[in-house]
Amino acid sequence: MATEVKGLSDITAPSSRGGISAALHGSLQLLVVLALAILLPFVANDYWTLIGTRAAIYWVLVSGLNLAVGFGGQLAIGYVALLTLGAYTSSILVLGNLGPPWPAFGALAITGVVGAIAGVIIGLPALRLRTFYFAMTTLGFATIVTQIALAWQSVTGGGIGVPGPVLPKPFDTTVGFYFFCLVAAALCTWMTWNISHSRFGRSLVAIRDAEVAAEATGISKAGLLIAVFLFSGAVASIAGGLFATLQSYITPDAFTFDLTVLFFIAILIGGRGSIIGPLLGTIILTVLPEFAAPLVAWSTFLYAALLLVIVLAIPGGIADLLDFANRKPLESNRAIIPRPALLSELLNHGSARETISLTGVVLAFGGVRAIDGLDLEIRPGQVHGLIGPNGSGKTTTLNVISGYNSPESGRIAFGARDLAHGAPQTRAGLGIARTFQTPRLIGEASVLQNVMIGGTIDGTATFVESLLCLPRHRRDEIALRKEAMIALRTVGLESLAAVRADRLQHSELRFMEIARALMLHPLFLLLDEPAAGLSTDEIKRLGELIKEISRRGTGVLLVEHHADLIFDICDHVTVLNLGKELASGTPGDIRAHKEVVSAYLGA
Amino acid sequence: MLASIIASGLAIGAVYALIGIVYNTMFSASRVMSFTAGQVGMLGGVLGSLFILRLGLPTIVGFVLTLVVAAAVGVITEVIAVRPVLSKLDQHLYVLSTLALALMIQQVTAIEWSTEPQPFPRLLGIGNGDPLDEKFWLPVVACAVVIIGLEFLYRHTLVGRAFLAIAEDNFAARALGLPERNLRMASFAMAGMIGGIAGFSSGELLLAFFANGAMLNFYGFVPVALGGLGNNRGAIIGGLALGLFQQAANFVFGGVFASVAVFIVFIVALLAAPQGLFGTTTARRV
Repeated sequence: MATEVKGLSDITAPSSRGGISAALHGSLQLLVVLALAILLPFVANDYWTLIGTRAAIYWVLVSGLNLAVGFGGQLAIGYVALLTLGAYTSSILVLGNLGPPWPAFGALAITGVVGAIAGVIIGLPALRLRTFYFAMTTLGFATIVTQIALAWQSVTGGGIGVPGPVLPKPFDTTVGFYFFCLVAAALCTWMTWNISHSRFGRSLVAIRDAEVAAEATGISKAGLLIAVFLFSGAVASIAGGLFATLQSYITPDAFTFDLTVLFFIAILIGGRGSIIGPLLGTIILTVLPEFAAPLVAWSTFLYAALLLVIVLAIPGGIADLLDFANRKPLESNRAIIPRPALLSELLNHGSARETISLTGVVLAFGGVRAIDGLDLEIRPGQVHGLIGPNGSGKTTTLNVISGYNSPESGRIAFGARDLAHGAPQTRAGLGIARTFQTPRLIGEASVLQNVMIGGTIDGTATFVESLLCLPRHRRDEIALRKEAMIALRTVGLESLAAVRADRLQHSELRFMEIARALMLHPLFLLLDEPAAGLSTDEIKRLGELIKEISRRGTGVLLVEHHADLIFDICDHVTVLNLGKELASGTPGDIRAHKEVVSAYLGA
Repeated sequence: MLASIIASGLAIGAVYALIGIVYNTMFSASRVMSFTAGQVGMLGGVLGSLFILRLGLPTIVGFVLTLVVAAAVGVITEVIAVRPVLSKLDQHLYVLSTLALALMIQQVTAIEWSTEPQPFPRLLGIGNGDPLDEKFWLPVVACAVVIIGLEFLYRHTLVGRAFLAIAEDNFAARALGLPERNLRMASFAMAGMIGGIAGFSSGELLLAFFANGAMLNFYGFVPVALGGLGNNRGAIIGGLALGLFQQAANFVFGGVFASVAVFIVFIVALLAAPQGLFGTTTARRV
């Protein structure tokens, strides 16, 4: 007991220190880049300042695109469409080709709004289309926008083009404009940094790497992607406005396909889910042609070759090379010691009164009836075991409850309410959490971040609040981090909080999934073979943990093959065979059940 | 006027259909959509012009050489951009690797060949620009020959059945002892050749132009997306319909708005039926 008390007192101490120092390290790298950028005009000539301006403008676009591509994994390739749109919008507004002329800053603001709308239009197909399809549609947009710019001569000047807007003093000089763009770039970096360290950033990565787990934690893909495409569309379009000013005269030729490749590749060279990486990628790709003047014609070829090498050889990009912390070897014989006593911190909702009940559920895959008229009741505060031979419908039953499979007939009720069929993202809000037969993890994120994903729906700050790091966002982060640390201590993984999840052993991933599920303060917890691949000792500790979870009032549905574990901790056991209930009762009843013993347990 | 719309619509539609078949052939063998599908189409035109006009080879030799190089590009796609990512966990990498390779092909062509459209030789010398000119019916004939050839291959030869087996169930096919990797390379070589035929037969219509690659990538993908992945019948119907629609819109609205119209129809149809009009949905594994 003494160790437990000690454990409680320093819950946040060891690993949140690790987390914070990692964040500090990350922001330090960005600040070094900023300091060098501020020094640039004082040590270099106007030519290099112009190149610096170009890099800053590109970064304004790439920073937003990075959220969609790098974090969210949405392959939006044709973002040059938004650059073109922004450049023309701001130029035309200032010029007065369409309505009265606007002042430059007003035009820039409207450009942002237009870009946000266009960003959503370009991005929305991502919700319905698969990757290659989506990439194609964004490429289509890029072609269409250029063609319209060519054809709409009365407004865009057609092939002749239009002059870009000139900013008022003091931003009309090379250095003045450079600092204006630098401030915009720094602002974008700060905002995307905030998002990446918020539940929105983590959810984006979850959608990219573990979409199924993201749904189980209640993340709304549509809402999240719309917010991201609004933001990235707005900054991309504003970057277009600044680009028009930099070019001082724009024609459709200025927006070549090379540019869209540059933006896209900068992110991939930099590394997915990083900010410093794509920033360095953008700078390198902008500056590279300056050092290799004879190669300018070959620049797209070089970018493409670079992309191929990155994809095939170092999928982690620059960010991986800068990630020194995760190269230290981990302790080799680590034991997972859960602390079930800490559950009182997480599960204090008292006993749930409602039950989950299935009545007459039928689900067939083709000709196979995976579930064939099943009745099942999971009560709060109890461990309900579900056993049966392979293919008897255990996991399918769990999937039906958590909404991944929709039954053809039958009813799934939660208390008096019916649970919507086939809507997995609604379960988290009701307090139904689950783990998966194969752990669904975000390999590139830390263990702590993986667990924090579980508490996504508890966040109160909106996307804009997180973008601007307002108080509610900061409170959310502190609360989530604290709770995730408690969850990690509960399952015994706190020493690994700062480690990349893909470095964990299989058994540790199983406990990490339980920690993630506990973040929901679940009324019901559905565990899909949590003991598979665990050692005998680990299974014993797992059993104690599950038992304690149920004693805190949570109903547990346990799908398992380990008969010992089932008979040790279950209050009620259902045996399935060919999608039907073969037997049901207390562990004692089942052990004595003739058919079960002969068919499944063995003599 | 109607006759020329139909002639050019069917001609360009046949090219789109052929590129659609290239996508499908690559997809069936590897479950991968490749951005190089349009590029082999473009190469068909450029190589034909290179061998016959610039190097002065006889037409038939030029044609054979074009097919050989196009097949080689198909194999290169498989070896460089497809095989390495098939084993990777992140299945979306193929979008990037094939895009990279396609860009490299396009850029080399632009620099080493020309950034302007170059003339393509008259192959047979039949017709004088009227709707019955060879440049309009050659792609249609090529499309028909390819379809008949594929039907024969898939239905009546052992290799064709092996292709089908791989497409249907990769694991089961390997368990039966089929040389999956060789068959995949053969499929990509065949896809490259079909692309070469598409580009060569439409050379007089589209000219030898590096930017045709990106154009064919998109318009060849539209019938595949609308017809359903891996469905050649859908690709042919979709391709011909797209060609006719595009040429009609071209005539009615003018060039730019024709592409806008095609694009809007494409997006709306795709959002309405993401699996394609002839495709089937596949369940996700949890």
